[in-house]
Amino acid sequence: MSTHQSSVGSVPKIAALVLAASLAAVAFAAPADAQSNGPIKIGVIAEAQAVAGSSIPLAAQLAADEINAAGGVDGRKIEIVSYDNHSSAAESVRAFQRAVNEDHVNAVLASYVSEVVLALEPWAGRLKTVMITPGAASDVITQNIAKDYDHLKYTFHGYSTSTSIADATCDAAKDLLIKDLKMKSAVIISEDAAWTTPLDAEYLKCLPQIGLKVLDHIRVSPDTTDFTPIYNKIEAEKPDVMITGISHVGVQPTVQWKQQEVPIPMFGVASQATNSSFWQDTNGAVEGVLYQAFSGPDVAVTPKTLPFVKAFQTRFGNFPSYCGYTAYDEVYYLADAFKQAGTGDSDKLVEALEKTDYIGTIGRIQFKGKDSPNPHALKIGANTITGLMLQWQNGKQVNLWPANVANGKLKFPNFIKLGAAN
Amino acid sequence: MRPMLFWQILIDGFAISSLYALGAMGFALIFGVSGVLNLSHGALMVTAVVAAWAAGNDLHVGPYTGAAIGVATGFVASLVTYFVVVRPLQISRKIREEEKEIFILTATLLWGIMIQELIAYLYTNNAKTVAPIVAGVVSIVGVRTPANEIFTAMVCWLAIGLLWLLVNRTRAGKVLLAASMNPRGVTLLGVELSQVYIAIWAIYGILAGIAGVLLGMFLGVSSYSVGPLTASAFAIVVLGGLGSVSGALIAAYVVGYLETITAYLISPAYRTIPALLLLVAVMYVSPRGLLGRR
Repeated sequence: MSTHQSSVGSVPKIAALVLAASLAAVAFAAPADAQSNGPIKIGVIAEAQAVAGSSIPLAAQLAADEINAAGGVDGRKIEIVSYDNHSSAAESVRAFQRAVNEDHVNAVLASYVSEVVLALEPWAGRLKTVMITPGAASDVITQNIAKDYDHLKYTFHGYSTSTSIADATCDAAKDLLIKDLKMKSAVIISEDAAWTTPLDAEYLKCLPQIGLKVLDHIRVSPDTTDFTPIYNKIEAEKPDVMITGISHVGVQPTVQWKQQEVPIPMFGVASQATNSSFWQDTNGAVEGVLYQAFSGPDVAVTPKTLPFVKAFQTRFGNFPSYCGYTAYDEVYYLADAFKQAGTGDSDKLVEALEKTDYIGTIGRIQFKGKDSPNPHALKIGANTITGLMLQWQNGKQVNLWPANVANGKLKFPNFIKLGAAN
Repeated sequence: MRPMLFWQILIDGFAISSLYALGAMGFALIFGVSGVLNLSHGALMVTAVVAAWAAGNDLHVGPYTGAAIGVATGFVASLVTYFVVVRPLQISRKIREEEKEIFILTATLLWGIMIQELIAYLYTNNAKTVAPIVAGVVSIVGVRTPANEIFTAMVCWLAIGLLWLLVNRTRAGKVLLAASMNPRGVTLLGVELSQVYIAIWAIYGILAGIAGVLLGMFLGVSSYSVGPLTASAFAIVVLGGLGSVSGALIAAYVVGYLETITAYLISPAYRTIPALLLLVAVMYVSPRGLLGRR
C-alpha cells in the first residue's frame, strides 16, 4: 500500500498530460475525420406546416434510416438536417445559407413551392451546393439552368415540370373524358401562381388537340375564400368538365363545389387531393374529384412503391403526400451519387446525378441532359414516368388510368350531370 | 345583368353578411363595454372551427356534437383570453392608465399570432371545414342554394335576436347596456364592473364560437384566415361606429353586400377592396362611423 501511495502524486500529473495531449490530438483530427468518415449531411428545407410539404422531411428521414440500416454510403451514415421554411421564400434562403455555411450539409432537398425553389436556385449556384426539389413544378426552374448552365447546374428538378403534368393530364383526359364520356368542352380553372403559368399554357395547347374546346380560362387568387361567384360563372358557360390547376388552394373550392352541388366534374391537378387526409379535411366533399398524380397509395407503379407507402404509414400513421414519394427517391439516388462522387466536390456530384438511372417509387428516374431546353428535368414518358389519374371514391383514392395499373372504374356523385351541357 | 345574377347576389350576400354581423357584434360589444379592441378575434374564431373539425375527425362525433364542441371551445378560449391576456393588464399598476389600451391592443394581437402559429403547428395551415349540419340544396327563385347557407343565416339571426332580447329585456342585459354607456355610473349603482366584463367576454366567446363554426361549415377557414377575419370585424366595427352594436349590424350588411357584388360583377380577386375604400371614405366624412358614440 505504501509504495502505491508514494507514486500517487505523480500518476495524476502524467495522466493529465497524456489526456491533454490526446484531447488536443482528437480536437485537431476531428474536422478531417468528419470529411472522410463522418455522416453525409442532407439538408431538408420544407413547408413542415403544410400538408403536402410535411411529408418531405419525414420521407427523407425514412430513406436515410433505411440506407443507414443497410450500412450507409461506404460505411458513412446519412444525416437529415431539417428546416421549416413556413412556406416563405425569404426564410428558405436563410435556411439554405445556414445549412451550407453553418451546418455544412453536402446537398439540399427543398420545397414543393415553385416560388421558393426559384428563389433558392441562384443560391445553390453561388454556394455550389446541389439542390433537388421534390415537388415544385414550374418549368422556369430548368429553363434557367439552360440559360446559365455553368452557374445553375447544381439545381435538379426531382418532380415533373408543369408542362409535363399538363400533358399527362391531357393524355388521361383523352381516354377517360373523350373516349369514354364523349365530352366536348372544358373550362380551365387554376390558381394564380408561378407553377400554373406553364401549366395553363400547355392546357390551352393540348386540350383542343385531344378534342376538348376550351370555353374559358379562369385564374383564381390563392386567397379566395368564396368560390361561389366563380362556379356560377363557369356553370353559365355550360362546359362538360372543369380542368383544374390547384395546389395552394384545395379544401375550400372542393367543399363549396360539393355544398353548392355544382353539376360539372373536376378533373386535372389538385395537389392537396393527393394527400390521404384530404377526405377528412373536406369531410368527404372530395368524393368524385379526379386528380393527376405520379403516385397513389394503392398503386404499384414500381415494385418499390407499395413497400415505401407501407413503411411510411407504419412509422408516421398516415400516407405520404405526392412529394413524399419523390423526396424518398431523391435521398436514395443522392446516396448513389455520393457513392460515386464522394462528398468533397459538388461538381463531381452534379456529374454523377446527371447519370442517374434509378427505379424509384414513381417510375424510372432519369434527368434530361445539358443540351435539352429543360436540363435536369425528369424525363416523362412511357419508359420513364407515365403518371396516373386517380379519383376519390368512398374515402379511397382509386386509380383509373392508365389501364394497366387501374384499380377501379369512373364514378360520380349524384349531383354531377354528365352531358347536361349538350 | 342577368336577372338570375341579381337573386344570386341577394341570397349569397345575405348569408355572408349575417355571418359577418354575428362575428362583429361580439367584437363591438366588448369595445363598447370595456374599451378593449380584441385583435385576437380571428384567432378565437379559427380555434372554434379547428376544435369542431378535430372533434369530428379525431373523436368521430356527429355534426351537432362537433358544432357544440366548437362553440364551447370559442367560449373557453374567450375567457382564457380575458383572464390570461386582458385582465392582468387592466389591473396592472405598473402600466399607466392612459397606456393600457395600447398595451391590451398589442397583447391581444400577439396572443392571436401565438394561437395562429400553434394551430398551424398542430393541425397544419391547410384549410379546415366543419361537417355541415344540413346538406343538400334547395331552389330559391331558381337559384340553387345550399341548404346550409339558409341554415347559416337563420342561426345568425336567431343568435342576434337572443342577444337583443338579453340586452333589452333582462336586468342583466340592462346592466351591460348601462355599462357600455357609462362604466363609472354603474359602479356607483353597486355593480361590480369586473363581473360585467366576465359576462361580456362569455357572451362574446359564444357569439365568436357560433360565427366560427358556421363559417367553417359555409366556406372553411385555415390558420391564414386569422388576420383577414380580425381585419374584417375591425373594419365593420369601425364603419358602424366603434362600440355601437346596431351600427356593426348595419355595417356588416354594407360590407357583405359590397364584397359579394364586387366578387360577382368585377372579380373575386378584388372582393375586399371596395369595402376598405368605403371605410377610408367614411373615416374622412364621419370619423365616428355610421352610428358611433365615442
